[in-house]
Amino acid sequence: MPYFIFLVIFVVLPLLLILIYALQDGSGHFTLSNITKFFSDGDSLSTFALSIEVAIENTALCILIGYPAAWILANKDLNRSAVTVVLFILPMWINALMRTLATAELFTMAGIQLGKGTLLFGMCYDYLPFMIYPIYNVLNKMDKSYAEAAQDLGATPGEVFRKVTLPLSMPGIMSGVMMVFMPTVSTFAISEFLTNNKIKLFGTIIQENINNSMWNYGAALAFIMLIIIGISTLFQGDEETTAERGIV
Amino acid sequence: MAREERIINIEHLSKSFGDKKVLDDINLYVRRGEFLTLLGPSGCGKTTLLRMIAGFLQPDEGSILLDGKDIAGVPPHERPLNTVFQRYALFPHLDVYDNIAFGLKLKKTPEEEIDKRVRKVLKLVAMSDYEDRDVETLSGGQQQRIAIARAIVNQPKVLLLDEPLAALDLKMRKDMQIELKEMHKKLGITFIYVTHDQEEALTLSDTIVVINEGKIQQIGTPTDIYNEPVNAFVADFIGESNILKGRMIKDRQVAFIKHIFDCVDEGFGEDVPVDVVVRPEDIYFTTDPAKCQFKATVNSCIFKGVHYEMWVDTDTGYELMIQDYDPYPVGSEVMLYIDPDDIQVMKKERRSNVLSGVVKDQETIRIFDEDFPIPNDFEAGTEVVVDVPFEGVELLDDLEEGVLNGEVHFILYMGNHYHLTIKTDDGDYLYVDTNDIWDKGDLVGIKLLPKTIKLSKKDEND
Repeated sequence: MPYFIFLVIFVVLPLLLILIYALQDGSGHFTLSNITKFFSDGDSLSTFALSIEVAIENTALCILIGYPAAWILANKDLNRSAVTVVLFILPMWINALMRTLATAELFTMAGIQLGKGTLLFGMCYDYLPFMIYPIYNVLNKMDKSYAEAAQDLGATPGEVFRKVTLPLSMPGIMSGVMMVFMPTVSTFAISEFLTNNKIKLFGTIIQENINNSMWNYGAALAFIMLIIIGISTLFQGDEETTAERGIV
Repeated sequence: MAREERIINIEHLSKSFGDKKVLDDINLYVRRGEFLTLLGPSGCGKTTLLRMIAGFLQPDEGSILLDGKDIAGVPPHERPLNTVFQRYALFPHLDVYDNIAFGLKLKKTPEEEIDKRVRKVLKLVAMSDYEDRDVETLSGGQQQRIAIARAIVNQPKVLLLDEPLAALDLKMRKDMQIELKEMHKKLGITFIYVTHDQEEALTLSDTIVVINEGKIQQIGTPTDIYNEPVNAFVADFIGESNILKGRMIKDRQVAFIKHIFDCVDEGFGEDVPVDVVVRPEDIYFTTDPAKCQFKATVNSCIFKGVHYEMWVDTDTGYELMIQDYDPYPVGSEVMLYIDPDDIQVMKKERRSNVLSGVVKDQETIRIFDEDFPIPNDFEAGTEVVVDVPFEGVELLDDLEEGVLNGEVHFILYMGNHYHLTIKTDDGDYLYVDTNDIWDKGDLVGIKLLPKTIKLSKKDEND
């Protein structure tokens, strides 16, 4: 019961409010104009496309760096201590905004032009632990006898990885993707600080609209994003339950 | 026997993990096509040996020869052997068919051939309709069958099985034992089987290798091992047994439980201490006073399904276990005899604890790096041999009181006392005779009783 009250106050109610705002014009009349405005506005659509593109690039980058890192951490021959794992997760303990500001300062100091490169760097830096941790968890808990069985059946170390370890660590990768991809679509602070607002992401325009008291259009954009994120989780369908195992 | 008959030859194999020696100078050969079982209690090194044959572990010393060739540097994926793992290790992301086809696909076997062979092994393990099933939906016994199918489909030269039935319930295990035995016959592949279950080993094997503490205790056929155990450990580990202290009077005559029996053993010498094993089913009841060798009183009688298990107290104060199809009431006096054939005489592994020490002063000798109060007439610094009889070691509940601490490692009931093996904190062994009841794993304080100890100067040539 307390859970139910919590759910209503913090989840259902805010969602309903977003929906109500999204379907009203400035004077409180119900309308679909906010939604149609988004789909007819070229700028909004291209920002949205760019956001998805950046999110995909960032997620791919996180997998490319995070998987080997997780693999090394989970390998008992290469890493014997749990402390190293904590060190990798440590950046998560510091406020993301502060890290981003500091990163931006470093780039300015080094005289590096802020742009898409610095944006991806910052995003990857911020979200990498969310990719490493679930993959590490899955790899760490994986029964060693699977790899041994594959070897025993004639698989070379490379084949063991491709045919057994990688497929079995998919749940970890999937939950890493969920934890990296979705927040990156809606992020605005990182793009603001690390590109000096040169690159606008979907999160940025939502924030701008709301900051400029255009609550209804902002809410509509937020609502559209929610739907799209919702659809992308559906794609994972039955992977979801296994993905959750990866997070814990 | 011709050398080609031996498919695997293991020579002087040793392996340590850190300071602990897990396998110590293992010498063993496996005949082509036989069913060989590595049998021993957990932690005896049997699984380590199997993993070295499979290639997951490298030996520290010695060699493993497969068909005459040393396979030391050959990685597991290049060895023509396959393993059935203890917890099956079926790939959860593949269905039954793909699990079985895994090895064949890696070898780039043509699709049709794979199909034919997978179907054939599925039929062999009686799982024909299961090829599309998810392995996680299968029961333990079914997973077991698939694990076996996945290994034998590759037609290995040797099939290694690591306690494959340990996770199944009793009934299932019995059924699978019979099936394994039939599979072995049908396939003609050499099986190396690891188990701690002596009954399973006796049922399945052509040859049993009994291992304890990293050393081979005995190699033989099931009947050899059961009927003629070479030492008290094997006798105790395989089946039920009465293990007793005895004395060989002369050839074909042995004394134990304070009676003299005829036996069939020869060559021990005259008046030599020995250990004697009598299986509980080999002690017979009789009503004929002429046949009776000794009398006893029944003190317990339990029905065990097929037979009754009885404990009797002999007229000379020993306790023996007897199994018989007919029960005798508790408290009744019975007459008993043992056939000469059924008495197994074993050489005593040791008659006392022989330890080496250094004299510290007239009152103290240093043994195992501890100071034991033992009065002596030697000069300080003399190296001495300290001979402590089994009764000369005192075990104490209070660890503080002991000069040295240890753990009860192995217990043998000898009819009227217990013979314990104590492992000291530093990993040395002491052997103790006691009437007190201890449990395996109990921590004990250890003292030596000076009066019982014999000291001698260490021979320079030793």
